[in-house]
Amino acid sequence: MTVSVRTLALWGAAVAVLAFLLLPLLLVLVFAFDASSVQVWPIRGVSFKWFVATWADEEVRNALFISLEVAVLATALATVLGTLAAVGMNGLSSRVVQVGSFFLTLPIALPGVLTGIAMNSFFTVCDIPFTLLTLVIAHTTFCTVIIFSNVMARLRRLPPSLMEAAQDMGATPLRGFVTITLPLLGGAIASGMLLAFALSFDEVIVSTFTAGTQTTLPLWIFGAIRLGQHMPEVNVVVFVVVAVTLLPIIWGQKLAASVSRE
Amino acid sequence: MTGGRKLLGHVALLLPPFGWLTLFYLGSLFILLLSAFWQVDPMSGDVVHDWTLDNFRLLVSDATYRIVAQRTIGIAALVTVTDILLAWPLAYVIARKVGPRLKLTLLVLVALPLWSSMLARIYAWRLILGHDGVLNWFLRAAGLPGQSFAFTNVALWLVFSYLWLPFMLMPLVSALERIPASLLDAAGDMGATPWQTFRTVIFPLAIPGMAAGSVFTFAVTLGEYVTPMLVGGAGSEFIGNVVYANVGVSGNVPFAAAFSMVLLVVIGAYMLVARRFGAFEGA
Repeated sequence: MTVSVRTLALWGAAVAVLAFLLLPLLLVLVFAFDASSVQVWPIRGVSFKWFVATWADEEVRNALFISLEVAVLATALATVLGTLAAVGMNGLSSRVVQVGSFFLTLPIALPGVLTGIAMNSFFTVCDIPFTLLTLVIAHTTFCTVIIFSNVMARLRRLPPSLMEAAQDMGATPLRGFVTITLPLLGGAIASGMLLAFALSFDEVIVSTFTAGTQTTLPLWIFGAIRLGQHMPEVNVVVFVVVAVTLLPIIWGQKLAASVSRE
Repeated sequence: MTGGRKLLGHVALLLPPFGWLTLFYLGSLFILLLSAFWQVDPMSGDVVHDWTLDNFRLLVSDATYRIVAQRTIGIAALVTVTDILLAWPLAYVIARKVGPRLKLTLLVLVALPLWSSMLARIYAWRLILGHDGVLNWFLRAAGLPGQSFAFTNVALWLVFSYLWLPFMLMPLVSALERIPASLLDAAGDMGATPWQTFRTVIFPLAIPGMAAGSVFTFAVTLGEYVTPMLVGGAGSEFIGNVVYANVGVSGNVPFAAAFSMVLLVVIGAYMLVARRFGAFEGA
């Protein structure tokens, strides 16, 4: 009797916490279809009109393109840097790997406001004007670790015998890497890229300090919520951002799951 | 000979990523450290590279900044404790009460909010806590008086706890997963009540997981400025907000740099404490 009461309480609490975690996100998705222009619950009717209005807003469209541009460039750079770091560290002593991982993780482990003001001071001192380039540099710096840890995890599970076999057959290390290792890392790199893209696409804190006059989509949302302007458009943009970041993550999870099953 | 070539290969591969990190990141942190000792020319508003301790002196002497620092650290600690309490039931169910398929689904559901837009998740709470928001509608429907938490420190505490809960859940799940079932059986066989088993076996073994989670919940809350701006009120300024306000045209970047050093020191100190509780032994 008491056992079932205890189990019931445990499950009840667990379900309540899960609801606390997930319901607010669902709610945000519902508001995008609100026909009215005031933020009142329950929504006044289902409509797509704010989707149309938001797409017509040039400010929002420009912000979207800047965000996409930054996310694509930063992901590409981070993919190269992160993969090089993982492949280069593979086979070194675990102590070296530990220290290396620590430094690569710093940019996302330390609070964004620190990374942000540090990079802001750096660019100012070096007389580098704040443009798309500074945004890309900042985003690349904290995205690299995502690719690195994904690739590193995969490399640890690859048997070294594969590379040795390739070299025994007369392949140069480079050729062995390109024909054997790289294809095997493909899945890990791809899922890392999706996560890095998602991370860059909705980063707001470091961006604030490195964007100058550029407005990314999260910066537009931040400004609009703060000033209480364009709220129906904020609903739509937030819907799109959640969708755009969730899809690659679910896809990335599937990729990672299929890689680990190999 | 081949050993040397091999090492050269490692170096060649590691040079671009670590060169980038050293230049842009460690370089930035170094400049930040230096600029905490610079000052702003009161006439022109330009940063001048003359060494001074004035920024730190102002931090110590001005009560406003002490209150901001206390509030930041206090709320970060409160959020950490709240997340530990909230994480327990769900983490326990995920780790020990469900099959592997449901477990995977639950883990993805728990991680999902973390990867989705932070702004969207903060914004959701403006819709919930607003005067004509979701919560008040349900309260009124239930015949209860409405709440007015919007733009207070209560809202801030609630939203922070919501935002960073996954950071606590995941390490706690993996700590609980690692407890061998035989240990719990043994405790039961020895006549321990479930409460005794929890207090003397499960809880102590989960401490490293809670310590690992707390590093994230504490550090992330500490460095925030977005949430206080969006859901906080007049008395909700964090260290991050002072930093944010001082970067830009009319700001005082050296002072902001000095204040952000406080963040760095507090986080560093917290990590040292957390390490004693095994926070970094899990992974």
